[in-house]
Amino acid sequence: MFGYYTTLAVRGLRSQAALTLLIIVAVGVGIGASMTTLTIYRGMAADPIPEKSSQLFTPQIDNFGPGGGEGPAGEDGLQDRLTYTDAVALLRSHAAFRQAAMYATPRVLMPTDPKLRPFDIRVRATSGDFFAMFDVPFLYGTGWTSRDDTDHAPVVVISRDLNDRLFAGTKSLGKSLTLDGHEYRIVGVLDRWQPIPRFYDLDGAFNMPEDVFLPFNVAIERRMDFGNINCRKAVGGFDDILSGECDWVHFWVELPTAAAVAEYRRFLVNYAAEQQRSGRFQWTARTRLRDVREWLDYHHLVSNEVSLLVTVSFSFLFVCLLNAAGLMLAKLVGRTSEISVRRALGASRRAIFMQCLLEAGLVGIVGGLLGLLLTNLGINGLRSLVSEEGRALLHLDAVDVGIAVALGAVATIVAGIYPTWRTARLQPARHLKTL
Amino acid sequence: MLQMTALSKIYRTEVVETYALRDFSMEVKEGEFVAVTGPSGSGKTTFLTIAGLLEEFTSGEYRLDGVDVRGLNDQRRSRLRNEKIGFIFQAFNLIGDLNVQENIEVPLRYRGVSGAERRKSVNEALERVGLSARARHYPSELSGGQQQRVAIARALAGRPRVLLADEPTGNLDSHMARGVIELIEELHRDGATIVMVTHDPELAVRAQREVHVVDGQVVDFMAPPRLAAGIEARQ
Repeated sequence: MFGYYTTLAVRGLRSQAALTLLIIVAVGVGIGASMTTLTIYRGMAADPIPEKSSQLFTPQIDNFGPGGGEGPAGEDGLQDRLTYTDAVALLRSHAAFRQAAMYATPRVLMPTDPKLRPFDIRVRATSGDFFAMFDVPFLYGTGWTSRDDTDHAPVVVISRDLNDRLFAGTKSLGKSLTLDGHEYRIVGVLDRWQPIPRFYDLDGAFNMPEDVFLPFNVAIERRMDFGNINCRKAVGGFDDILSGECDWVHFWVELPTAAAVAEYRRFLVNYAAEQQRSGRFQWTARTRLRDVREWLDYHHLVSNEVSLLVTVSFSFLFVCLLNAAGLMLAKLVGRTSEISVRRALGASRRAIFMQCLLEAGLVGIVGGLLGLLLTNLGINGLRSLVSEEGRALLHLDAVDVGIAVALGAVATIVAGIYPTWRTARLQPARHLKTL
Repeated sequence: MLQMTALSKIYRTEVVETYALRDFSMEVKEGEFVAVTGPSGSGKTTFLTIAGLLEEFTSGEYRLDGVDVRGLNDQRRSRLRNEKIGFIFQAFNLIGDLNVQENIEVPLRYRGVSGAERRKSVNEALERVGLSARARHYPSELSGGQQQRVAIARALAGRPRVLLADEPTGNLDSHMARGVIELIEELHRDGATIVMVTHDPELAVRAQREVHVVDGQVVDFMAPPRLAAGIEARQ
């Protein structure tokens, strides 16, 4: 019977075409509006590294103590970065399977090609483990080694975009790059890579990844300054920041097993206790170890405004579906005679219910496809309004397509339950008398 | 075949009770052609819808082909209706979006008959009503008489135990009406059990027996003289 109901549903779309079209438009507009905001929400709330997000952790150490210091801290009063002292100590401990200290240090690049003018670039100073830890894809070469880290080797990994810009996309391994008057040898060129959000540094969570990566030790040695910094008390120059209670280093570790996580938590507690014993902390310092998802939740990356927008748009979808339900009722009322005849010829209430509900589902699928089209238009419209970074959030993928069509079908079936139930309950005798 | 005993149908509102049928008893035997007559509002259409399991009754007993239909759920009533009853309506009630063949197939679809069997039954029914050439036509492309013939073919296709006809010629001109009633008579001669509701005395005399209904009650049974004489002659 399912095949027969499907055939009838397709015919049903054609009958009372104007009403069908209105239902499809009502569903489509509702789906379009809700899917557009849902796409933004999903982009912001997405797991940026799903295959490893439960193995990557960032530690926090309460180096400010009760009362905290200047600048922002999390809800629990902990700073979200480490001091240079702590970062170096954790690096040297080698307590994790992989570990990387990092900070952003924007620079101006002086191209060797005289035809190119100097331009701003995003630089990240980090450890060699960064690339393997975050599964960063390479177009050419690889990251640098641990030995390069310890040897303070002047090497860099550059982005594909920068490689295109400076070397016209050719294999630039071994070539040089000049930053602040220092030459760096290119050892790797990244392929396209943009984790959204940029979980390892949420200052500019939806910004593009860096153009250049260079060793953390080299950046410190060459006194490359940093962006955001948060100190317990005012400090003077670069050396004071390195030695003082200033939090500015992002630190990530890879812990592949639950046992490794437990072990690292103990290590952090012991490290903080050791700092207390040595007199650095006058308090029992709390420590935290959060994985990627916990880290994003901790930072409330999806703003309340976006959540509110999604709620409003789904409320709009609800209103659209109420309209669709009314239109469906009108459509089914118009088919009372046909349904009465079918009942007289042996169709049970259940058969009529199934037939009408399948038709509602089919209308919903078509409405979902229209909604998808409108979502695409909405996304493209928004893309033209936002920055290059924001555009990464605005794209439709296969999951979005599936959600839109399924949402259309399910929502319309739900909206169609009452009209369909009413239609199935009608008394055929009453209508056949008047035919 | 069709046996109603002391059957009542009451329509109730908050302030008034209206008897559509009151203590209504009637029996139709297999192979009979019965006309149910009466003035407007006498209850003859209510009788037909109850007989056709389209409406429930308030009290009494109704047996259709030996099955006590009281208390049956919708699923069983629908199944029984589909298997035992063929309807012929005054307004034909063909489905406009379906062509002739698809219209005739409808009861067979709900019975779950296979495609090959459906086609065979449809062809036989169409041949019976003389419309084989119109299988792909839509109702709007047919005359009133042809539409009623399609409706009869639809009623026949499921090989029902009883045909219920409600003013089958009411929407037709006299020429077309004659053709339809002759077809109904032919079906009866071939053994079909037919119950026809009509207020047309000329039509009623074509039946084997007439049941007159007034105010929801059977007031008289009579055999139309011409037809009764014909039947006696056949016997």
